[in-house]
Amino acid sequence: MAHHAHPHGEAHPEVGHVVPVKYLVGAGAALLFLTVITVATHYVDMGEANLPVALAIAMVKATVVALIFMHLRWDRPFNLLVLVGSGIFVLLMLAFAGMDVNQYEATIFDGNPTQVNQTLQANAPGAPLAQVKSTNGGAN
Amino acid sequence: MTQIAHDHHAPAHGHGHSHGHDAHGHDAHGHGAHGHDGHGHHDPHLAHHFDSLAQQFDSAKLGIWLFLATEVLFFGGLFVAYAILRMRFPEVFSFASHYLDTIMGGINTCVLIISSLTMALAVRYAQTDNRKGLITCLVLTFLGAVGFLVIKYFEYTHKFHDNLVWGPSFYVPPHSAEGDLEGAVLKTAPAPPGAAITVVNPAPWQVPDLARKPAVDASAVKAAAMGPSGVARANGTPAPAPAAEPAPDAKDQAHPGTHLEDASMPPNTHLFFAIYYAMTGLHGIHVVAGMGILAWLTWRAVRGDFSSKNFTAVDTGGLYWHIVDLIWIFLFPLFYLIH
Repeated sequence: MAHHAHPHGEAHPEVGHVVPVKYLVGAGAALLFLTVITVATHYVDMGEANLPVALAIAMVKATVVALIFMHLRWDRPFNLLVLVGSGIFVLLMLAFAGMDVNQYEATIFDGNPTQVNQTLQANAPGAPLAQVKSTNGGAN
Repeated sequence: MTQIAHDHHAPAHGHGHSHGHDAHGHDAHGHGAHGHDGHGHHDPHLAHHFDSLAQQFDSAKLGIWLFLATEVLFFGGLFVAYAILRMRFPEVFSFASHYLDTIMGGINTCVLIISSLTMALAVRYAQTDNRKGLITCLVLTFLGAVGFLVIKYFEYTHKFHDNLVWGPSFYVPPHSAEGDLEGAVLKTAPAPPGAAITVVNPAPWQVPDLARKPAVDASAVKAAAMGPSGVARANGTPAPAPAAEPAPDAKDQAHPGTHLEDASMPPNTHLFFAIYYAMTGLHGIHVVAGMGILAWLTWRAVRGDFSSKNFTAVDTGGLYWHIVDLIWIFLFPLFYLIH
């Protein structure tokens, strides 16, 4: 693996891949440029689109770091699989946890609307707040 | 340390060893009866139990990548916590994000990117037998880590000073002589004349709720309960009437003195700072660990350990440093760039 011709005549290792300087500096410049872009988009009101745009730019930056700085473009594909696989499992955890978040919301909040709690607290002199609070499980 | 000393002396012995990633290196030395030369290994950098330099290198890389995968999962749990908090309390995130310094966060992003670049260059210089370039780049990368932590230190101390922290302390007025929890309870407790709110010895964790709830949706509270001057707030000043609250599009305007005096502060705002410190703090610990790795690599580079035949430690250490940069690339927009 990884025995590439190095026409520049410089020393090169038997293993691994030597990334040309222009790739490294180019990747660094691209990352700095994308940082400026993402800060700039912060000041533009795109409504709901602000978060996806920021995350998309972050994904591009992460890809540049992984492929160029971390050599994955020239590395064994299995190492790329390890990185992408770990990301997929984080997304799986996010997806299932996210699905569960609002699963019981109706049960919890319909029984004890926040406004009812507030009214109860305000109208009942001496009412133990802890007791009222405990009914909504400390949520909200 | 034993491993390092072993590395140092092994080439003189003329038998195989590896470069710091090999837990079995010592075993190779224990098998005196085997006779290392009998295996046909003549490369001092090839460990006894590997067939070839390529196999040894691939094993080291796979090992560090598996470790980086656990790091992704490690931070992944916190990213999931972040996402769920943000789904539940979007108003908290858009409000509290304005208390983070975007310029300082942006500078820190650039510092980490540049240190990642110098780290990648360091690997290249190790691969091409450029010892001077290697040492220079390792030192520059280390300085990048120092710079990142210095900026983070200023960010953290500024927030601590303003009580922009996790937990009940968030609701303690900053700059207060009685800036303890007891003071906060006392300030919360006095009921305005005519108000029906009676606080029966509230526990500390109830202070946030008591202080904030009426200001959120005061329309739910009967007017009589509001008292002539409104509901008491955490800092003892009357809460403004709901109509006086700024319009949603006014959130970009300059904030008043402290977060507690900001009438537009939503409840549970301390949650933002809890997840902020958890994630940036864990990341900061990784930066500190990275500094240790960089110092170790620099020491070995100065000693002359690394060459085009032996750069695996630089490569794998560099991969760790890049994942620290990679995680910050996501932390930065998620905390500093919430519109």
